[in-house]
Amino acid sequence: MADYLPHTPAEIDEMLAFLGMDSLEQLFAHIPPAVRLTQGLDLPEGMSEPDVAALFTNYTSANRAKASEMTCFAGAGVYDHEVPAVVKMLAGRSEFVTAYTPYQPEVAQGVLQAIFEYQTLIARLSGLPIPNASLYDAATGLVEALNMAHGATTRQKMVISSGVHPHWREVAKTFARGTGHEIVEVPLKDGVTDWGSVDATNAAAIVASYPNYLGVLEDMSEAKTLAVANDALFVVGADPVAAGVLKTAGQWGADIFVGEGQPFGTPLAYGGPFLGLFACTTEQTRRLPGRIVGETVDSNNRRSFVTTLRAREQDIRREKATSNVCTNQTLMAVTAAIQLGWLGTQGLREVATRCAQGAHYLFDELVKIDGVQAVSTQPFFREFAVHLGHDASAVLLTMANDGVLGGVSVAALTSGPDLSIEGDVNDVLLVTVTERRTKDEIDRYVEVLRKAVGQ
Amino acid sequence: MSNRALSGGRAASAPLMGHETEPTIFEMSVPGRSAYQLRTTGVPATALADLIPAAHLNGDVVNIAEVSERDLVAHFTRLSHRQFSVDLGMYPLGSCTMKYNPKFCDAVANDPGLNSVHPGSPAQLTQGWLELLATLEEKLCAVTGMAAATLQPAAGAAGELTGLLLMRAFHSANGDPRRRILIPDSAHGTNPASVTLGGYEVTTVPSNDRGLVDLEKLKASLGPDVAGIMLTNPNTLGLFEEEITEIAAAVHEVGGLLYYDGANLNAILGTVRPGDMGFDIVHMNLHKTFATPHGGGGPGAGPVAVSQRLVEFLPGPKATRLDDGTFAWVKPPRSIGRVHGWHGNAMVLARALAYIDVHGGDGLTRVAKYAVLNANWLRHRLHATLPAAYDRVCMHECVLTATPLKNAYGVRGLDVAKALLEEGFHSPTVYFPLIVEEALMFEPTETESLQTLEALAEAIERIAQRAIDDPDALHRAPQTTPVSRVDEARAARHLIPTEDAASR
Repeated sequence: MADYLPHTPAEIDEMLAFLGMDSLEQLFAHIPPAVRLTQGLDLPEGMSEPDVAALFTNYTSANRAKASEMTCFAGAGVYDHEVPAVVKMLAGRSEFVTAYTPYQPEVAQGVLQAIFEYQTLIARLSGLPIPNASLYDAATGLVEALNMAHGATTRQKMVISSGVHPHWREVAKTFARGTGHEIVEVPLKDGVTDWGSVDATNAAAIVASYPNYLGVLEDMSEAKTLAVANDALFVVGADPVAAGVLKTAGQWGADIFVGEGQPFGTPLAYGGPFLGLFACTTEQTRRLPGRIVGETVDSNNRRSFVTTLRAREQDIRREKATSNVCTNQTLMAVTAAIQLGWLGTQGLREVATRCAQGAHYLFDELVKIDGVQAVSTQPFFREFAVHLGHDASAVLLTMANDGVLGGVSVAALTSGPDLSIEGDVNDVLLVTVTERRTKDEIDRYVEVLRKAVGQ
Repeated sequence: MSNRALSGGRAASAPLMGHETEPTIFEMSVPGRSAYQLRTTGVPATALADLIPAAHLNGDVVNIAEVSERDLVAHFTRLSHRQFSVDLGMYPLGSCTMKYNPKFCDAVANDPGLNSVHPGSPAQLTQGWLELLATLEEKLCAVTGMAAATLQPAAGAAGELTGLLLMRAFHSANGDPRRRILIPDSAHGTNPASVTLGGYEVTTVPSNDRGLVDLEKLKASLGPDVAGIMLTNPNTLGLFEEEITEIAAAVHEVGGLLYYDGANLNAILGTVRPGDMGFDIVHMNLHKTFATPHGGGGPGAGPVAVSQRLVEFLPGPKATRLDDGTFAWVKPPRSIGRVHGWHGNAMVLARALAYIDVHGGDGLTRVAKYAVLNANWLRHRLHATLPAAYDRVCMHECVLTATPLKNAYGVRGLDVAKALLEEGFHSPTVYFPLIVEEALMFEPTETESLQTLEALAEAIERIAQRAIDDPDALHRAPQTTPVSRVDEARAARHLIPTEDAASR
């Protein structure tokens, strides 16, 4: 038994006496006996911290795909970037970690200003002026973007490239059950969205991904033209690291940017908590989901920050709110601001460049292997997909025995038939290289894969 | 009080160095300065223009900020000193459950054996994570009395919407999704917002003069088009809905489902289970009940547990224990699909499991009992100063009202809340629930000591005395904090969400 309760038996007696009671049970006497739990919870007894820590080693040791055992070449929206000690320590400060939502700005300027700095960075990286204070992750961010597009156009049809991450598309379909949105997926040809194959009449949104989930850099102007022609909003899901060197969503003409902020200081963390990046044009400000921090002054005319445009939010607008977001991912947003501060202008460019260099180096080596074929002939940024001629899931397990996490099987990402891959999906492997991978590690990857496919 | 020890939770001694504002990181930026260091890789440094077509390259440089590591550390450390937190002192925000977050739970979850694992890794290589998630699901079901759960929703509101989509799937499978959801007038704002996104219409059910759901009016609102009701029990007034079995029977009678908003689950751990009250769907806020830190507004985690008849609709895939003792991802047969990009806020889930394991069934039961004891002690201690809106035994929180101070001295609930900041305590939740005038909602939580409760009560009494002596000063409070009251109207009228929108 262990806990964090300060009450001594004498104090409990004193408090109960103050209430005119003689047992804790009396506090619950008004609860109908019919619903009372008589036997207590069906859970083991409490344990001390060291005992629980020992129990948790069962979990950690059964995870083979951890950094100490495997070199990571897996991506699919989640990337193994450098997170230095300084970022971990600053972001781990308990003032940030154990604060609540900044409802009292007088004692929350720390979090509020950090969010303001985060918002500034997201606006710059997205090329759009109105960011929010974060959403859960990119997938749920896309849902908010679709709801915004519906609010702006009152239409229901959402035309989404199959180059958008399969999980994001699946989440969009789940929430469309409630909103009634019609999700139209557009197939890829040679890794590029075949916009010509779809009827975008009456679309609320045209959604593209940059780069797409297979790593391919599509020319966004075709999607933009389609959006303009149909009076739809143009939604771009973009890799925020790419913005260090590539055109921003805003430069491609996006009305809404969504992205996954994990690459900015958040560990792989088995998928969460991550960070939903979101920004839009000024036309959509009043439909912005979640919180936004704005600059103002206090009663002594000092610069201050406060959550603003609160009238949009669920606690005030209730059933008329366009989003139900309350808790978001503030700590990850603060972390992103710190990580970007550490990287700086030059560091972000350097990281983006090195990712591209590493991925292209590996790609060039891999396609030399007999039977390994690129899924697309188009340019890519930091990630690419290849047909292996062998079951990708099986190859990954074989590679794991040599200490390499070889990527992500596309068949495992997609649930059932998917319009992103022409032909067999089971042998498609999605591979990424970050700035943390050395040439030796990449060369070893090639050797291990060669062995795994029997060459 | 016999015990003369001083409070451990009052933060009035927190040192703050002066009253200047902190520059933004952009204002400290000097071109050419840097902090980053990357690995030496030996990868050929091919020019980007040789790898990527020019049409994609950005002609402009995106400016971040250029600071030294030393300035980066100083800046964010100073920002942290301008921020209240549970670690600094008592945070009695009603409904938010700002209890102490055990450091152990953070440490155990941050083990690289958990946090360095890529979420797209094959299940065969992440058996530890799958076992952890399956174990947590089983324990959350034991706590709530439900059959199975999804761990994907990233926060309470995401859990609510997931629950409503489950309702829709259940009713649709029976041929009619139905049209309306009932919600009490005391409900959290997320409830009605979630209902709309779930494709339903809200019917508001009034509270009676005891602060509980008016059963007769509820019955009058029911009909075959009602998909279900969303309730939190105890409700947002901190009061237990004593007629819950009658409510459940009435809703079930018309084929509706009961949704339990788990925001207040911490009050009933080990005493009552939502499943035993007749609820069909339950969301839990792990960042409240199970003490995972709130991160300044997130991350949270909002798992949703359901009764047997809804299990087949749960989001998926789910970490599932197989007969041979291994674990696999399995999608329920009629799953509504994913509600998160990966597996939910996994690190938050791991922390919650550690919290549950440390406490065990006995410890969790004590958590609820002492939370209820603290709230009742505070309610009773303050009844002459800030009377309770409904003055009888409450659960884990108490809703008090500043109406007497307002009527006598023109001092409002907000003034009391702001003045508490000068006293070294975070404010309670103000003006919620909406049905109570000048509401001040205190949730002391079980981790605050009797000495801290007494110090809080004495601080409120001093504020009440100031209301008599100098009410104008209270309108200007706080003055000892890094900034005083901020001009919220100006922020909304002239939106400055970024450094680039500010004219510096």
